[in-house]
Amino acid sequence: MNKDIVISAKDLDLTFQTNDGPIQALKDVSLDVDRGEFVSFIGPSGCGKTTFLRVIAALEHPTGGTICINGMTPDEARRKRAYGYVFQAAGLYPWRTIAGNIRLPLEIMGYSREDQKEHVRKVLELVDLDGFGKKYPWQLSGGMHQRASIARALAFDADLLLMDEPFGALDEIVRDHLNEQLLKLWARTNKTIAFVTHSIPEAVYLSTKIVVMSPRPGRITDVIESTLPSERPLEIRDSPEFIEIAHRVREGLRAGHSYDE
Amino acid sequence: MKSIVPILSVLAAITAIWYAGAIWMNSQWTLDQAKRAGVELTLPEIVKDTLSQERARLPAPHQVLAELWRTTVEKKITSKRSLVFHGWVTLNATLWGFALGVAIGLSLAIAIVYSRVMDLSVMPWAIISPTIPIVALAPMIIVVMNAIGVQDRLVPKAIISAYLCFFPILVGMIKGLRAPDQMQLDLMKTYNANLRQSFWKLRLPSSMPYLFTSMKIGIAAALVGTIVGELPTGALRGLGARILVGDQFGPPIRIWSALFAAAILAGGLVATVGLIQRFTLKRMGMSR
Amino acid sequence: MIWLMGAILFWAAAVWLNVWLARSRFRGTRAVRIFVPFLFGVTLLVLWEGLVRGLNVSPIILPPPTAIAARFAASTGVLWLDFVQTVVKGALSGYLIGCLAGFAIAILVDMSVFLQRGLLPIGNFVAALPIVGIAPILVKWYGFGWESKSAVVVVMVFFPMLINTVQGLRAAEPMQRDLMHTYAAGYWKTLLKLRLPAAMPFVFNGLKIATTLALIGAIVAEYFGSPIYGMGFRIQSEAGRLSLDMVWAEIAVAAIAGSVFYGVIALIEKGVTFWHPSQRG
Repeated sequence: MNKDIVISAKDLDLTFQTNDGPIQALKDVSLDVDRGEFVSFIGPSGCGKTTFLRVIAALEHPTGGTICINGMTPDEARRKRAYGYVFQAAGLYPWRTIAGNIRLPLEIMGYSREDQKEHVRKVLELVDLDGFGKKYPWQLSGGMHQRASIARALAFDADLLLMDEPFGALDEIVRDHLNEQLLKLWARTNKTIAFVTHSIPEAVYLSTKIVVMSPRPGRITDVIESTLPSERPLEIRDSPEFIEIAHRVREGLRAGHSYDE
Repeated sequence: MKSIVPILSVLAAITAIWYAGAIWMNSQWTLDQAKRAGVELTLPEIVKDTLSQERARLPAPHQVLAELWRTTVEKKITSKRSLVFHGWVTLNATLWGFALGVAIGLSLAIAIVYSRVMDLSVMPWAIISPTIPIVALAPMIIVVMNAIGVQDRLVPKAIISAYLCFFPILVGMIKGLRAPDQMQLDLMKTYNANLRQSFWKLRLPSSMPYLFTSMKIGIAAALVGTIVGELPTGALRGLGARILVGDQFGPPIRIWSALFAAAILAGGLVATVGLIQRFTLKRMGMSR
Repeated sequence: MIWLMGAILFWAAAVWLNVWLARSRFRGTRAVRIFVPFLFGVTLLVLWEGLVRGLNVSPIILPPPTAIAARFAASTGVLWLDFVQTVVKGALSGYLIGCLAGFAIAILVDMSVFLQRGLLPIGNFVAALPIVGIAPILVKWYGFGWESKSAVVVVMVFFPMLINTVQGLRAAEPMQRDLMHTYAAGYWKTLLKLRLPAAMPFVFNGLKIATTLALIGAIVAEYFGSPIYGMGFRIQSEAGRLSLDMVWAEIAVAAIAGSVFYGVIALIEKGVTFWHPSQRG
């Protein structure tokens, strides 16, 4: 197993048994993600992108195929705390301060008091929330919640970051700002990021690799290696390369019948 | 219905524990009697005796059920010993108390939601009301009723019953009447609806689920109130009175059978409200 | 005559004042929110006094508040003794045992889906029953002392506490539980750091309900036999003697005890669940 492949999925299948019959959420999904990549998963609801992320996180279990995280099964990787997960909603505990929320995984994983303090301070600064540590979640805006949630995922030293539509509930202006910040963060920390979104500009702006998925059954229709440079100001979204890649993404979605009823 | 097996298992376990408890608690009497008669008893004989004592400390389930059967099915309904008769007396007072409680709760809720003054002055007292043990008032209400010449026990029982059930209904209705969000209230404003129209067309229908939930709690509380009203003062009729008689004159199994009857009554009342709830909400398209 | 007129005038003035305050620009202030219900209560007392004296209502039907206050002041020794017997020894001990038991069993039930499916419907059913009815039985088993009253309170308080705690343990969202799963946090860590804090609003709802039930249980249990002191006992015997002013004095003690008990729990609730939307106004 090549040490630099972080996620390796081969012919992954996942079928859910529901009241309305079996639903194939994932079919023959094969993908390799290298260390340091920023991979986006884009597609409409039901295409399996969130399901795939949850399989990586050992929150769901495939019914066929294999998947390796850092050379281990997802469950082993989970127990070794190999990744941080950011959900669609921040899910901060209202009875803890922001600093207390970020400390949560550190407490569970047994970091010492001094280490906790140090990590919290470092990570608050990374997401631009220093000074807000003592505040409670209801005193902060939605964008700040998500930043805190990202900080929480970065607090312990996991190399892999799994993010499930973290900016979906925010308005576009806040979203742009957070996209910029996320890229800067990625550059500083060198983590491998798997990012689920349903926004084409967001996927193209953030990633080094874009995985286009389609529903019924959930499968990969295209994998696009991005040709954009690593320095990406927001204005790059008006450049011809950007528009071309976005076009290719849209073609992939159409090919997968994502725009059909 | 995947809950059937666990529920039945838990019931079976409770029954088993009950039997074990009966054997254990009644054994003292059995052993004493045997000692007096100078007789040695075998274990099966002890067990058999503990489960069939007349004045058992803890009657076995089958004894209670037998007594229940005896005093309901086998007695004429008009007999003074019939639990059906006493059950009816309690039910009657409960229904009156419940009706009174619903009326008070509903009117107060509407008043509080629509009048600022009522909200500020009455609501805090309404919140405190359940913390005042109405049971303390029970003996007094009955004495006073007697003094002013109201012989019928129905009135004081209904009052106590209404007191215990009006608060959950009040709280539930207030929540329900205030349930429509600002968006829906604004929509009504754009239709230039007056207070009456927005009440009947928006607030009242939205409050139905809350009303029924609180009515379920309320009717159980009303039953408790009636029995509490019957207990402390030598009432002669009603399930509470049977409990009293069983306590003062015995045999104690009368208390148990009256309690079972009360439990059955409570279950029936709550289930009835639940059925009405299902039917009404289904017709209003609100059922889940 | 004077009494009647005075009372009605006072009532009219108080209503006018309250209406004015409720409409004024002070209506959101803390001061007004405390004063208006207070004035409402005082008005009721004044009306009571005025009507009883003005219409010459017999004291064996309804004594006026001033007479009750006088009897209260004169009998503080007895009232205190009754209070300790009923509230402290009977209600409080039963409350503590019953609530702890309900809480502990709820955690046990939480660990087993089987128990949840089997025990909860039964628990819901029992909580609706007139449990006060077992008071005579418990008095027979445990005697006339405060122990039997405590036992009644334990039974009354146990089921609402159990149901509320179980409901509370379900309150943590699936997403937050998933997060704990990604941290590889075991059952106990998840319980302590997530599910118990999230359950607190429900637990305190149960604790508040339990305060009212505890008092009811202790007093009713005394109607079935108690030593020569205790609030239930006193109310029963004084009612029988038609000295209603003493009965009302005991009721006043019960009301104060009940509200203070509830208020203390509500205060602790404010501290523990400061983060819940209902506490933030």
